[in-house]
Amino acid sequence: MLRFIKGNLENIDGVQIYPIISLLIFFLFFAALFWWVFSARKEYISEVSNIPLDNQNEEQL
Amino acid sequence: MEVEKFYYDNKIVRKFIVATLLWGVVGMLVGLMLAFMFLFPNMTDGISWLSFGRLRPLHTNAVIFAFVGNAIFAGVYYSTQRLLKARMWSDFLSNLNFWGWQLIIVGAAITLPLGYTTSKEYAELEWPFDIAIAVIWVAFGANLIGTMIKRRQRHLYVAIWFYLATFVTVAVLHIVNSMELPVTALKSYSAFAGVQDALVQWWYGHNAVAFFLTTPFLGLMYYFVPKAANRPIYSYRLSIVHFWSLIFIYIWAGPHHLLYSTLPDWAQNLGVAFSVMLIAPSWGGMINGLLTLRGAWDKVRTDPVLKFMVVAITGYGMATFEGPMLSLKNVNAIAHFSDWVIAHVHVGALAWNGFLTFGMIYWLVPKLFKTKLYSIRLANVHFWIGTLGIIMYALPMYVAGFVQASMWKQFNPDGNLTYGNFLETLNQIIPMYWMRAIGGTLFIVGALIGVYNVIQTARNGSKVKDELAEAARLTRVTKRRTQKEKYHTWLERRPVKLTLYATIAILIGGMVQIIPSLMVDDYVPKISSVQPYTPLELEGRDIYIREGCNSCHSQLIRPFRSEVARYGEYSKAGEFVYDHPFLWGSKRTGPDLQRVGGKYSASWHLNHFDDPQSTSEGSIMPSYAWLIDNELDKSLTERKMKAMVSLGVPYTEEQIDRAQEWMDEQGTLIVEDLYNDPDFVTSYEASREEALARGEEFTEMKDREVVAIIAYLQRLGTDIKVNNAVDGAAQND
Repeated sequence: MLRFIKGNLENIDGVQIYPIISLLIFFLFFAALFWWVFSARKEYISEVSNIPLDNQNEEQL
Repeated sequence: MEVEKFYYDNKIVRKFIVATLLWGVVGMLVGLMLAFMFLFPNMTDGISWLSFGRLRPLHTNAVIFAFVGNAIFAGVYYSTQRLLKARMWSDFLSNLNFWGWQLIIVGAAITLPLGYTTSKEYAELEWPFDIAIAVIWVAFGANLIGTMIKRRQRHLYVAIWFYLATFVTVAVLHIVNSMELPVTALKSYSAFAGVQDALVQWWYGHNAVAFFLTTPFLGLMYYFVPKAANRPIYSYRLSIVHFWSLIFIYIWAGPHHLLYSTLPDWAQNLGVAFSVMLIAPSWGGMINGLLTLRGAWDKVRTDPVLKFMVVAITGYGMATFEGPMLSLKNVNAIAHFSDWVIAHVHVGALAWNGFLTFGMIYWLVPKLFKTKLYSIRLANVHFWIGTLGIIMYALPMYVAGFVQASMWKQFNPDGNLTYGNFLETLNQIIPMYWMRAIGGTLFIVGALIGVYNVIQTARNGSKVKDELAEAARLTRVTKRRTQKEKYHTWLERRPVKLTLYATIAILIGGMVQIIPSLMVDDYVPKISSVQPYTPLELEGRDIYIREGCNSCHSQLIRPFRSEVARYGEYSKAGEFVYDHPFLWGSKRTGPDLQRVGGKYSASWHLNHFDDPQSTSEGSIMPSYAWLIDNELDKSLTERKMKAMVSLGVPYTEEQIDRAQEWMDEQGTLIVEDLYNDPDFVTSYEASREEALARGEEFTEMKDREVVAIIAYLQRLGTDIKVNNAVDGAAQND
């Protein structure tokens, strides 16, 4: 059963480049994530973080 | 803007809460029973379906999938509707989710004690249940994503992301780890063997902790802690970084369960590196939870809900500090196979999962039943008894782990093991097992008080009704609105894309670790002397699996001087190539068995199964007397061998054809060995005459289960057995 997976991967041309690409994807992803997180507007963050407390639809006890 | 009226489904939440409490009590009581079996090994004497090896998977499955699982669904169904301002997408799917899940739990509660198990930890259920779990899980996921699509709240709050990651990852883990070849309706063999099976299993096992016990609960924390404290989460920015880094790093850490095993070093080290990194997002989450209470600590003094939550988050912080430490090879060398790990998981289960669940339920139940909590005092009593129970449970287990591991490794100046007899190390920690049982009892008493409090609250309240809500339908997002929008904001609005990216994040780690094990030819070096099991040994191995022997006995000798001196030559990857599934185990309540073959006579094994204390004084192994009476079912042997052939085990046609004959021959040889024991001859002949006198049919010894399991045990490790190393070791006599 495992030979199906094995054969296919070996037959990809230049399979060695894949790990480097994935490393780059993740580095860039997290770099972009941090950049976004730190540059996000304060009002937006406070609006979103208040979503759980939006009590208008809940009966208060 | 047009405002729409709709109803939140509260009834489904109520159902899941009832199920959480019911299965919680059941799962914990089974656990308590197991704790007492360490003290009174034969308390369920002779009842096979109440034996330790069969109940242990019932306990872990009940607590993880029944107690925590139902708590997840209760919390997710309550919070998702409110966070998305929409009723769940489909009432049918909600109810299918509920009833299907309960049915699977009932099925587990029946089949596990009967010995139907795959032996893979937290994935013990047999293949029909695996399929049912997949179906129900997809129903849950479809319902979740459907609700997101028809939501009335534009932005997806971070809790929703955690739920989504939970759904996707558990589905992937479950499918990959459940690849197995069915033999009968309730018997299958893992598609992977030996090292590969171990790698896949612990990739699953570790991430079941990550994505079943952690991410959904973090989602619940991000919703219910702000609700209970009535203030937003400390840092929403931190929660975004927390989410992505946690799901990305967690998936790589699985191999830390296999340190010093025969897994290649690069995979072990990769697991260690990512486990150490994991402390950053974990503590980021913990700090975010605790700091939400800044300025509200006065409330923690009076509100039992917050008390439970604070201890839960603290427990999470402790367990996630300990996890990376346990992943360091030098710490793992001490902790692995010992009670330290039992302490570690129970800090997670009792504090993080247990207390967050109770905190959530104490907050939810008065809301659902539109009343006040029946008794705040009782809730406080529950809190203090439970906290004391956690401490009383965990501390003795840490001590037990340290003491026993140190004794295992202690050498005399002359180079011999100081405690050559395994039982000496066990007897030393019996007092710790007593304290653990008391701690567990306290926790359960607390839980029962909680159940009483919830029932009384419900009785005082009104009937649970679906709740009316109003919200405007979402309008189309125009270009003008998104002009200044950044990428993540865009992503947060798109559930399907968010799901896709989260899936990619979790797939990469698993693929990097698992695929090489499947594609590199010399991943497992071949050993020419390693042969497939004989049919009788194969049947014996299935009995070993059925009785859950791997709950207490490992089959993995780590390359340490202390282990080689005690058990024999350390394990080689090539020895396990025909092991579908692998049986390395994760705990040594009893000694390792990998090289037990040939160490004792057949009659020693027979007496040991009948009455372990007669051969090994002070042993806490229960009697397995039914193995001696039961006739071995040989009707499926050929089918089992054929299944093994499809998985790559080189049985020839001829070997399969003469399986019955072969079993007879090997069984006869073992019985001949048994005849060397005069006591055996006397009692065996007496029982034959007794049966004859009564006119009952008499099952020859060679056709009984015990002979098969003795055949298996005598085979273990003998393929490459190094005699000198084993002769020097006395482990259990």
